[in-house]
Amino acid sequence: MERLTQRAPGRWQIATVSRVERLSPRMKSFRFALPMWMPHLPGQHYDIRLTAPDGYTAQRSYSIASSPLDEGEIEIAIDLLDDGEVSPYFHEVVQEGDEVEVRGPFTSYFVWRGESPALLVGGGSGVVPLVAMLRHRRRTAPELAMRLVYSVRTPDELVYADELGDDALVTYTRSAPEGWTGHTGHIDAELVGDAARGTEVAFVCGSHGFVETAATLLLEADVDAERIRTERFGPSG
Amino acid sequence: MSDGFISRGFMRRRRAPEGLGDRIPPGQYFEAGFPVLTAGPTPHVDTADWSFRIDGIVSEPREWSWSEFHELEFVDVPCDIHCVTKWSKLDTSFRDVSLDTLLAAAQPQGDYAMAFSYGGYTTNVPIADLSGGRAWIVTEHENAPLPPDHGGPARLLVPHLYFWKSAKWITGLRVLDHDEPGFWEQNGYHMRGDPWKEQRYWND
Repeated sequence: MERLTQRAPGRWQIATVSRVERLSPRMKSFRFALPMWMPHLPGQHYDIRLTAPDGYTAQRSYSIASSPLDEGEIEIAIDLLDDGEVSPYFHEVVQEGDEVEVRGPFTSYFVWRGESPALLVGGGSGVVPLVAMLRHRRRTAPELAMRLVYSVRTPDELVYADELGDDALVTYTRSAPEGWTGHTGHIDAELVGDAARGTEVAFVCGSHGFVETAATLLLEADVDAERIRTERFGPSG
Repeated sequence: MSDGFISRGFMRRRRAPEGLGDRIPPGQYFEAGFPVLTAGPTPHVDTADWSFRIDGIVSEPREWSWSEFHELEFVDVPCDIHCVTKWSKLDTSFRDVSLDTLLAAAQPQGDYAMAFSYGGYTTNVPIADLSGGRAWIVTEHENAPLPPDHGGPARLLVPHLYFWKSAKWITGLRVLDHDEPGFWEQNGYHMRGDPWKEQRYWND
């Protein structure tokens, strides 16, 4: 019970949007100031609830992109889905100073607790919870080995680029920036095999297809199934 | 504290098909597809190696191979399913064996069960939720063999609870005399998970 009390988060609270930033043509980050903030584990998510004047509500879950060292606030990043309901609202309506109902942080499986070496494999906007891990490691234990393999279709899709250091390996599956000499094409056995060498734990996040591919390549690279933690986003909007 | 809160400028954009709105639990949205959400790699289980057992506090531990399992009576189960990640799928169907049939063979002597799966997944479900025509072991979805990414060859189906309770790749039920948290229940999700009460997380 003590553990439950200590770790049970989850009351709805009204956060204030303190910063909105465009990360890419289809992604924006939102920083919230929380009246009942509590530290999260990198990889955890918050739920967001929107309420219309007629009482209709919509809820979605979004991964936290920030380190828990950012006291009193969290950052989330939202991918715009054209037929969505919550993501277009965030992209088209929400501004700094707006209030948003949130609760969290939730679930403690897809979380980094300092294991090293850690391998992060992200596809598209699946990189968001991995960014929280990279940021937290940079600020707490930069000596711990953590590698990121990050797959995007086009240069436009790359987010948090200025925070990716030497430990990040980007591959472009459709088109690369001009003069790019790094990886292109989908992740494959060689790329994942190299990155996975000696890894203690792997975090994979992206679409279902991406995660299946990455997890299969990790198994083939002799990473134990129980050391591969995955998070897949289905259609969510 | 959220009573009366309105999200500035928010209007509904998604609707369930006409007449189905009252089958969507609170906080859920209508989803036409069948998304896949799994905490680890997808296990691939050959039906030749598959078995399903009921053990723990039972009068008679029982185990069925794939062929023995297929000698049991199969029924079609039309149902709605609700995932804790907020999507609900309506009017889907499975073909399966009722847990009433399976439990009758083993005769549980405890009130709780832990479902366990190939790949190590576990989830706890009270016997009351597994009986009375409300739970099944599923091998087909919409007239096709259940694919591995949806839990094939066989998964638990408990559609009146959030779908994480419907353990994929199931291989057994252990009957217990007390409730214990399974995988997601240890990691933040609710012990019972009734979507109509919105029992998503601890303390809900």
